[in-house]
Amino acid sequence: MKDTEIAVIGGGPAGLMAALAAAEMGARVTIIDRNSRLGGQLVKQTHKFFGSEKEYASVRGIDIGRLLSDEVLKNPRIETMLDSTVIGYYPDDGVLGVEFEGKTFVKIKPKKVVVATGASEKFLPFENNDLPGIYGAGAVQTLMNEHGVVPGENVLMVGAGNIGLIVSYQLMQAKVNVKAIIDAAPCIGGYWVHASKVARLGVPIMTSYTIKAAYPNEATGTLERAVIWQLDDRWQPIPGTEKVLKVDVICISVGLSPLTEILWQAGCEMKYVPQLGGHVAVRNENMETTVPGIYVAGDVAGVEEASSAMIEGRLAGLNAAKSLGYDDGTYSEKRLEAIKRLQNLRSGPVGEKIRQGLAQLVSSGGDYNA
Amino acid sequence: MRITEHPILTFKRGREVEFTFNGKKMKGYEGEPIAAALHDNGVRVLSYSKHLHRPRGFYCAIGNCSSCLMTVNGEPNVRVCTEKLREGMVVETQKGRGDIK
Repeated sequence: MKDTEIAVIGGGPAGLMAALAAAEMGARVTIIDRNSRLGGQLVKQTHKFFGSEKEYASVRGIDIGRLLSDEVLKNPRIETMLDSTVIGYYPDDGVLGVEFEGKTFVKIKPKKVVVATGASEKFLPFENNDLPGIYGAGAVQTLMNEHGVVPGENVLMVGAGNIGLIVSYQLMQAKVNVKAIIDAAPCIGGYWVHASKVARLGVPIMTSYTIKAAYPNEATGTLERAVIWQLDDRWQPIPGTEKVLKVDVICISVGLSPLTEILWQAGCEMKYVPQLGGHVAVRNENMETTVPGIYVAGDVAGVEEASSAMIEGRLAGLNAAKSLGYDDGTYSEKRLEAIKRLQNLRSGPVGEKIRQGLAQLVSSGGDYNA
Repeated sequence: MRITEHPILTFKRGREVEFTFNGKKMKGYEGEPIAAALHDNGVRVLSYSKHLHRPRGFYCAIGNCSSCLMTVNGEPNVRVCTEKLREGMVVETQKGRGDIK
């Protein structure tokens, strides 16, 4: 059995920030991550971030990942366990079961846990949606930007949110042809700056269009063409509007859902909040769930984006450390600053969905109105 | 196909290694996911589903979804989207559940 003060599950933007914040207060932290490197999904984000300077605005995601990982690796209070998957939490004795390098089973008994496990890509029902050639947009981003392999020649992007738009642009940077971006909604969901970039390159963004079916090449069994059709103002398909696109890749970019298994195991009160991507843990404004000592941060706490994930991580880390008695006198100030930064990020029309989601989620007792 | 020129990224690749896919010799880079090497070699079908035997490729590429389970060095249900390629690996299409030996 291994002891640690704070276990942080997941070494993405939220987990790295949680670990750094807790260590800054004086706590000893163990980050557990299933990958061979830290950074989570930042390692494939080649675009520059928005937000303010504190959230690394105008720095590329890949560089933010590197900056944070370097800081974590040289921090003497933080220990990093890579190639380590948390596969269970035993609520009776507060023990985490960890599979190390796919071979060894390690038990860890932390005093506090920050769950920063992220999210997984959602799927879409349509005829032949399981054909090889149909991938998550994030998966294609991983294949291209992390491993340097192009997914195919001609792509249909399903979903005009930020991920759909950004990955379309990155496909073109890798010299892959994007035939169209479609979205069932009547308007583009992502930021205009991302939409403009692909539109300027001549990619049609077709709103009120959805995918009807995919068809394979008979010989290879892999994707050969996609059929899309238009939706009316009540989201019903309009027969006769079908268009056939010759594509060997379809990217599905219809949102993410939080990876909450550990939270369920721990007995955290969970709630279905569509605005936050699915089931998420009820929590207070300090990011603590209904199980004392278990905190959440990042996409697992509600799907949002990396900038807010980082600040949520910082907030969770500060509070986990504080609950262990660590406070160098700066806790209150740093906590308030983090809350304020989150409010800033979520202000304005873009943050409305998140604000609605959080209003249903954050447990009473806090005056959380971010 | 590999990306050779990119406006932002440079790719650090391991040494070139040989492996087999269903007995056929292929090349890839050590330490990259098996799925990336297969994709570069034009392999899109990684397994066949349990009941209807439909061909399956990867979906999430980060170890979440179980769409890419293959038999590697005789061991079934290996997530090839995260399992690292090594010299001489024997990679095979998996049909159905796979057997534990």
